[in-house]
Amino acid sequence: MATTWRFALFLFVMLLGSGGLSLAIEKSGTTEPSGGHGVDPSSSPAPGHGDTGGGHGGGPITTLPIVTWKWLHVSTPYLVALWILVSWLCKFVIEANHHVTSVIPESALLICFGFILGGMIWGADLQQTFKLTPTVFFFYLLPQIILDAGYTMPNKLFFSNLGAILVYAIIGTCWNAASLGLSLWGCQKGGAMGDIDVGLLQYLLFGSLIAAVDPVAVIAVFEQVHVNEVLFILVFGESLLNDGVTVVLFNVFDAFVTLGGGQIDAVEIIKGIVSFFVVAFGGSLMGLVFGLLISLLTRWTKNIQIIEPGFVFVLGYLAYLTAEMLSLSAILSIVFCGVCCQKYINANMDENSVNTVRFAMKVLANGSETIIFVFLGISAIDKEIWVWNTGFILLTLLFIFVYRIIGVFLLTWILNKYRLVPIGWIDQVIMSYGGLRGAVAYGLAVMLDESKIKEKNLMISTTLIVVYFTVILQGITMKPLVTWLKVKRAKIAELTLIEKVQNKVFDHLLVAIEDISGQIGHNYMRDKWRNFEDKWMTGWLMKPSARKNRDNVFSVFHQLNLKDAMSYVAEGERRGSLEFVRNDNSYVDFKKKFGEEFSEVMPDIMADMRDDHSGVSDMRRDPVPSVSLNMHQQSMKGVRETEDVNSHHLLQQHLYKGRKQHRHRYSRSHFNVNVDEDEVQEIFQRTMRSRLESFKSAKMGVAPPSRKHKQKDQQQKMSNGKSLDKGKSNYSGDEEFDFSSEGEGASGYNASGHSFPMRVAYRPGAGIENPAFIPDLDPTSTQQIPPWLGEVELDSGTVAPSQRAQVRLPWTPSNLRRLAPLRTSTRSTDSFMLADTPVTQQWSDLPPPPTPPPPPYNSADGQK
Amino acid sequence: MGALQSASAHPEYGDLAEKTGFSIGKIRVLHKRFKQLSHNEETLRRDHLNDIPDLACNPIRAQIVEAFFDRRNYHQNGEGPVQEIGFEEFLVVMSHFRPPSLHMTEEQRENVRREKLRFLFNMHDTDNDGTITLEEYRHVVEELLSRSGALEKETAKSIADAAMLEVASISMGHMEPDEFYEGITFEHFLKLLHGFEIESKMNIHFLNMDTSTLCK
Repeated sequence: MATTWRFALFLFVMLLGSGGLSLAIEKSGTTEPSGGHGVDPSSSPAPGHGDTGGGHGGGPITTLPIVTWKWLHVSTPYLVALWILVSWLCKFVIEANHHVTSVIPESALLICFGFILGGMIWGADLQQTFKLTPTVFFFYLLPQIILDAGYTMPNKLFFSNLGAILVYAIIGTCWNAASLGLSLWGCQKGGAMGDIDVGLLQYLLFGSLIAAVDPVAVIAVFEQVHVNEVLFILVFGESLLNDGVTVVLFNVFDAFVTLGGGQIDAVEIIKGIVSFFVVAFGGSLMGLVFGLLISLLTRWTKNIQIIEPGFVFVLGYLAYLTAEMLSLSAILSIVFCGVCCQKYINANMDENSVNTVRFAMKVLANGSETIIFVFLGISAIDKEIWVWNTGFILLTLLFIFVYRIIGVFLLTWILNKYRLVPIGWIDQVIMSYGGLRGAVAYGLAVMLDESKIKEKNLMISTTLIVVYFTVILQGITMKPLVTWLKVKRAKIAELTLIEKVQNKVFDHLLVAIEDISGQIGHNYMRDKWRNFEDKWMTGWLMKPSARKNRDNVFSVFHQLNLKDAMSYVAEGERRGSLEFVRNDNSYVDFKKKFGEEFSEVMPDIMADMRDDHSGVSDMRRDPVPSVSLNMHQQSMKGVRETEDVNSHHLLQQHLYKGRKQHRHRYSRSHFNVNVDEDEVQEIFQRTMRSRLESFKSAKMGVAPPSRKHKQKDQQQKMSNGKSLDKGKSNYSGDEEFDFSSEGEGASGYNASGHSFPMRVAYRPGAGIENPAFIPDLDPTSTQQIPPWLGEVELDSGTVAPSQRAQVRLPWTPSNLRRLAPLRTSTRSTDSFMLADTPVTQQWSDLPPPPTPPPPPYNSADGQK
Repeated sequence: MGALQSASAHPEYGDLAEKTGFSIGKIRVLHKRFKQLSHNEETLRRDHLNDIPDLACNPIRAQIVEAFFDRRNYHQNGEGPVQEIGFEEFLVVMSHFRPPSLHMTEEQRENVRREKLRFLFNMHDTDNDGTITLEEYRHVVEELLSRSGALEKETAKSIADAAMLEVASISMGHMEPDEFYEGITFEHFLKLLHGFEIESKMNIHFLNMDTSTLCK
């Protein structure tokens, strides 16, 4: 709480500062033409350059000034940056108070902050110096929000509800505009508003600008109430698409107003309708073209990974501007650009770039959303725009509310006749109530031409009232309403594999039934589209490598594996050792079983796994965070674990010291310049040395024998009742030190040494101090590698069942042949505790440099 | 096919409508399609369905076709496969995909849900022993992934294994080491797909309009 207030205080200080700065502007005689924030440099000459020119050649100087005050030189960008900072700090203060945001939505609070800030400016300047101008809003604040919305659009949901969304967005918006305009006009004729000079066309213009539901406001409010996905996509999709519609309507009526009532005949009206379709579909098409362009471009940007994410933003923005230039619908253009490119760029770009795009998109969108709301509040504190007309304002509010409800219910009633899953009446209520108006309406209202529309200020103030009313009041009441009506909420879906598989079964099933019954439905169309896309679009737009593992079920599987690997690493770190994660034996085993055909697929998959974990594993050279399949491998893990507890500490000591002394290089275009090959070698040598030390100490100590028995017991207990395991449990129980299956065990062992250098120390002939032990450089190692490993590179690995599942599962189905010997995490703790027994004993037998000690449980390998 | 056009010529339409919940008009359209598929015979065989060209690229075609010839899906107490089906059976199987009516009580909804899930379950449970064993499940996953080309059989297998392990951990909770999981029973199946709004998903929009000429 205290921090909150401190920051609030800080905010006010900032504000007073900027108020003072704005005073400075006043005094210098420059008027800020388009407000403090995001001033368009071309439209408003920066005062610093124009007038006094702060420093350079500002007048005859008599002596060399050491420091000069050049406020005017920087004032514009400075104010922009300052306002961004202030707006974001507002958000910061708001978000710090969770008990408030749980009741009042953030957007409403931001507007209220805007009121306060506006009041302060007013107090300082006696005039509103900072306002949200249409230029700033439409060119600098809106595009990124819409791009973000398009880019994160759930495509399947969106397109399967596209029909309904379009009906609401087009017909609904036209209905809102027309009904409002006509009703207000009727009321004026009836004398409800006193004496104002507004004609029918102007009413319609007003209606069209205020008809659209605002995406910014809707997202802000609906984000916090988690309604079910269909309802969300209906409201959200409508708000996105109807922006395009409302801008078109606005332009048409604006032109009509300019033409004047007399000149409008049937031809003009038809032209209006035609232009509506051209603008809307042309804009969407433009967006698609740019979306395809981005997708195509990211196919080839592998070598400029650093600026790869930038293309998305630049081309997205260009899509917006190009549409604007051709007077097509810019909003629709950027929406469809995002919708179209998301799939391909996510597949084409590097995972890091995708994350960068996601984050940057959110930063921009969220940032400008904040700024928009704050400035909506600030804009209100201005005496100039306020014209009060009770009748006009109240009637507008009433009509907007009522007609929205009527429109939604009417259209839903029609839609429900055709929908497979009808929209329930509760959802309809929420949809009507979610008709929030926002900054787009305000931006359009400010764009009105005062010379043509006498009552411009009345319209602006009415728009503002409507915005405040809907965003603040409806926003606040939305949550209780949703709770009260028991609206079906979005389920917090966990990504279960079986559900995904079932989903897929479903898709195919429905298509098949449609085929059999001879119906052409959604599924049929979707299937055809998917086939087309697979055949043509992905071939062109996607990298071949990305195409391979695009499968839905597989990606879930991949995600699960990643997640498990992560938690596995986390678990390992908790226990103090990372090394046990790198169990190469499972990988070896896997290879053995599935042969070489697998290696063609797996490197791709493992490659991106490696990228994911590059931050986690401190050595990129060992990229196999594989998850063990078999029990004996689990126990292998145990062995390694203990070995590595010691070495890990030592490694850490040596390794990080080495890093510190390392010179730091800088590169603008590469990340990994500071990973030095020599350094890696150095690390390994150090490690080896330290391992030798620990090895010597282990030779002295002998593990208590009682532990061994415990292990035996557990080994047998856990594999009870499984015929398959009987033999194995005997094996591992009694023949812990049996090296009979030397061939298998050793080969696996050495192979592991191949991909994990720590192991190499035990290879005969490879001296510990020998710098040639780096496996890649070691020519002898290949001889000991089994043939199936021959051409497999380090980054190949295994796909193993979800570790999470393993952990939860202390038993397995009898016919899970491969999974049968699986053990839970408890097992690995067991082996963790116990594993030093065999190892130390072996060590004590071995002379340094030791012969390869086959891991005790590898014997199970031979049995297979 | 002129005789098919009038409902009076087919008094059994009324019974079928009652039994399956389809309207007379939809039954008429479906009957026409049935005739088209069976080449104007009274019964439909597997070959007829396998001949549908659009179905050819469906990875789980075999299972779907089999579902039509499975007695368990006929609302009767029979089981086992049949060689050929009449229009009534065809319609009954189709009725599993009928969209639910607008206003349902919770109980009805639950019944619809169960019925649809049962159909799905039967599709997976090919040997009809009441459980989906790992082998059966693997088969499904393999077939599903068989179209994506890049993924090998072994990947499918390990995905199926992983899914099965997941299932086991969800449906059984903690188990003793010596227990083992035999397969998914129907009860577990219900539980697993709890969050899966099947009643609103497993639907086909049956049109009154005859579109069979458009899609062969």
